[in-house]
Amino acid sequence: MPADGGIGASSKRREDVRFLTGNGNYTDDINMRGQAYVHFLRSDVAHGVLNSVDTSAAADMPGVVHIFTGADFTEVGGIPCGWQITDKHGEVMQEPKHPVLADGKVRHVGDPIAAIVAETADQARDAAEAIEVDIDELPAVMDMKAAVADGSTKVHDDLTSNLCYDWGFVEENKGAVDEAIANAAHVTTLELVNNRLIPNAMEPRVAVGDYNRSTGDSTLYTTSQNPHVIRLLMGAFVLGIPEHKLRVVAPDVGGGFGSKIFHYAEEALCTFAAKALNRPVKWTCSRSEAFISDAHGRDHVTKIDLALDADNNFTAVRTETYANMGAYLSTFAPSVPTWLHGTLMAGNYKTPLVYVNVKAVFTNTVPVDAYRGAGRPEATYQLERVIDKAAIELGVDPIALRRQNFITEFPYATPVAVEYDTGDYVATMDKLEEMADLSGFEARLAESQAKGKLRGLGVNCYIEACGIAPSNLVGQLGARAGLYESATVRVNATGGLVVMTGSHSHGQGHETSFAQVVADMIGIDENMVEIVHGDTANTPMGMGTYGSRSLAVGGSAMVRATEKIIAKARKIAAHLMEAAEADIELKDGQFSVAGTDKSVAWGDVTLAAYVPHNYPLEEIEPGLEETAFYDPANFTYPSGAYACEVEVDPDTGKVTIERFSAADDFGNIVNPMIVSGQVHGGLAQGIGQALLEGCGYDENGQLLTGSFMDYAMPRASDVPFYSVDHSCQTPCTHNPLGVKGCGEAGAIGSPPSVVNAVVDALRRGGHDVTHVDMPLSPSRVWSAMQG
Amino acid sequence: MPQVNMTVNGKAATGTVEGRTLLVDFLRETLGMTGTHVGCDTSQCGACVVHVNGKAVKSCTMFAAEAEGAEVATVEGMAAADGTLSTIQQAFQDHHGLQCGFCTPGMVMSAAALLRDNPKPSEAEVRDYLEGNICRCTGYHNIVKAIMAASGQDVSSIAAE
Repeated sequence: MPADGGIGASSKRREDVRFLTGNGNYTDDINMRGQAYVHFLRSDVAHGVLNSVDTSAAADMPGVVHIFTGADFTEVGGIPCGWQITDKHGEVMQEPKHPVLADGKVRHVGDPIAAIVAETADQARDAAEAIEVDIDELPAVMDMKAAVADGSTKVHDDLTSNLCYDWGFVEENKGAVDEAIANAAHVTTLELVNNRLIPNAMEPRVAVGDYNRSTGDSTLYTTSQNPHVIRLLMGAFVLGIPEHKLRVVAPDVGGGFGSKIFHYAEEALCTFAAKALNRPVKWTCSRSEAFISDAHGRDHVTKIDLALDADNNFTAVRTETYANMGAYLSTFAPSVPTWLHGTLMAGNYKTPLVYVNVKAVFTNTVPVDAYRGAGRPEATYQLERVIDKAAIELGVDPIALRRQNFITEFPYATPVAVEYDTGDYVATMDKLEEMADLSGFEARLAESQAKGKLRGLGVNCYIEACGIAPSNLVGQLGARAGLYESATVRVNATGGLVVMTGSHSHGQGHETSFAQVVADMIGIDENMVEIVHGDTANTPMGMGTYGSRSLAVGGSAMVRATEKIIAKARKIAAHLMEAAEADIELKDGQFSVAGTDKSVAWGDVTLAAYVPHNYPLEEIEPGLEETAFYDPANFTYPSGAYACEVEVDPDTGKVTIERFSAADDFGNIVNPMIVSGQVHGGLAQGIGQALLEGCGYDENGQLLTGSFMDYAMPRASDVPFYSVDHSCQTPCTHNPLGVKGCGEAGAIGSPPSVVNAVVDALRRGGHDVTHVDMPLSPSRVWSAMQG
Repeated sequence: MPQVNMTVNGKAATGTVEGRTLLVDFLRETLGMTGTHVGCDTSQCGACVVHVNGKAVKSCTMFAAEAEGAEVATVEGMAAADGTLSTIQQAFQDHHGLQCGFCTPGMVMSAAALLRDNPKPSEAEVRDYLEGNICRCTGYHNIVKAIMAASGQDVSSIAAE
């Protein structure tokens, strides 16, 4: 591992200095001359007919510039959905209209009804109080199974029911799966809830719309993970602005975790209003507003059957899941319970038959979409929980049961349509057993017991699919987008480089790790490479950052563009040294002629490209700038094994995480420090889901967890120091860096290990418990102990 | 509207505010010092922590007018005039104690207050002290490690990077 930079070095992050000194440039730090402020009046009921919105009194309030309502948006498109699922009958999903501002009905608490633009943010808020809204309240559709029963109130009157789609995968396998389960030596069945979560990136969403009358150009500054996607969705589908007249800028963004992938109504409103009012318009979301307007995550109710033969080999998996879509289809919502979930249901195991059924349901709740892991945590949780339950029922060791069923030969084609290129699940489990000191568990158990505490150990594996691709495949699966990534590498005359990437960094450290890759390829100092991202005006069209795709897809595009740069630079070097191009070698930033002492420096070649006096102008153009678009041949498949040890207070049911170990295989690693940090953060979110976080609604659709006082975010004292390792490396075979992606692993792999550990603790304490639904709050755990 | 006068990072600062103007809004909107962040509206997240007369305060819980005459310190004043990071700031970079950077100003200011009161905190003391600072990115591992390192303690035995 190099200590001085390049691939494999834990280079310190260059972006840290501005963040540590208060010099970050987040969207809320942007203020335009003459800007007005917008405040959204939102529905305080979950479902109702919107009879009227009387803005007359509010319009006369101090500072009010204009008030928009749904009637102002009848001429523009609605918020689009980016993925169309075809159901098990071959029918396309039901896709409701999603107006920018509520039109006719309100469908969830938080649905925006009016947008008040005023001279100050306080004046806009004050005026909202004076708007009179007349709503005839309707019954709230909350329970997913009831929502799809005959006679249910409909969230969308123009749809046939609340069922968005009924998806079967692989439908042709269903008969064989049913038969295998009917004839199995043992079947373990588990019903569970994957609890609804609220992403809560620490930076609330912000949008600033600006319109330039002299050019007719619109600009949107927004807290986005993918500014090009927002430009396309908002420009083409909502406002009818062509891309060349619309610029979207996502500057420093304070975390995303999926919730900032999606195109939101507030972005369209600010862009629209800036043009309509001819002045910049800014919206800053409050945290309370974020709880009822940011897309939520997870919210699956699942029944899973695992069939085993007499030798405990897995023979079939069958699942039935109800997936909550909320009131409208958020940008990628339909893909999460289907292609990002069903394709992972083989897990790390050679189960020959798998069938996944997903019923996606509309309810009067905030839309649900991708949240860190997106479908893969749901798949992992079901599978790794049912395996532990099977081990209990069969009286076998859960680790041995997993090892017995591991896929051990690669490439491996699963029965759910994907092919794992590489992996070594035995190696990660071996590493985990060493890291977690499993042999010392009994001693630690005795210590806990001596303190009057229960102690448990939970182990599980995970597989994930990152860098979803290739584009032609995802198009067949219903994506209304490509999933390539782009990079432009611009070499300056004096040798420094600017890399413009379509990826977006909002905590991942791309400015550091991407620079390491390019610098390593050329053999120059990292500080000669600058990474530019987040502005559609100066980056090539790219799909942004989510699904742990940035290095595997965006990094690959950068490698391809840099390869083009090096190829051209070699020609220039060959000319300068009057040598054959084939004899030119590049090492440590020096071009040399093989077998001679002739060499020219990187900077000599770049200068020649821009001052082409001694230059093969008849063969190549001056300048040194190249672009590449990279469309992967396959997903990447990171995997790992996790272990959690908990103590449970038998008097209160309170769970504490005593140890957490994670052995991951991410393929090759560019910056180990950053990779560890990504895993740490994912683990905290997974532990949060398992122990603390649960979005609650009452039967009327009122959000019960609408602030940090009610929604339990993990605090520093809720988590331990983690033990993480990524020394098991089976490089990806189909991207040039051999990398797999690490951003979501922690959140995918950790919830089942926590729950497995708590169930283990309760059983060791003499309680006949096989499952407790997340979050494992003290009251739930205590109740489980009472039987 | 009343005028308020205070000292921010050693310099006199003056502005007119409404009675309801929060200290954090005075800093961000009136003075244009956007290093202090707003991550919630219930005083839970701690992204807005500053020091007022030497004490760590969530600047969203205090009216600007209440800071009349006060000495206020923000993250913008933590590094030396030549840009050299403070011990705490440097430890956060060295130990990867930040990712998206949004909670970071509050973390740095809370850490500074902690180490002033408790120069060698234990792991449990650090975690307990950060009860009012939420981070969604780091899982806290490297924040706790950075603060312990900034206090001069050997953190080399703490797992991972």
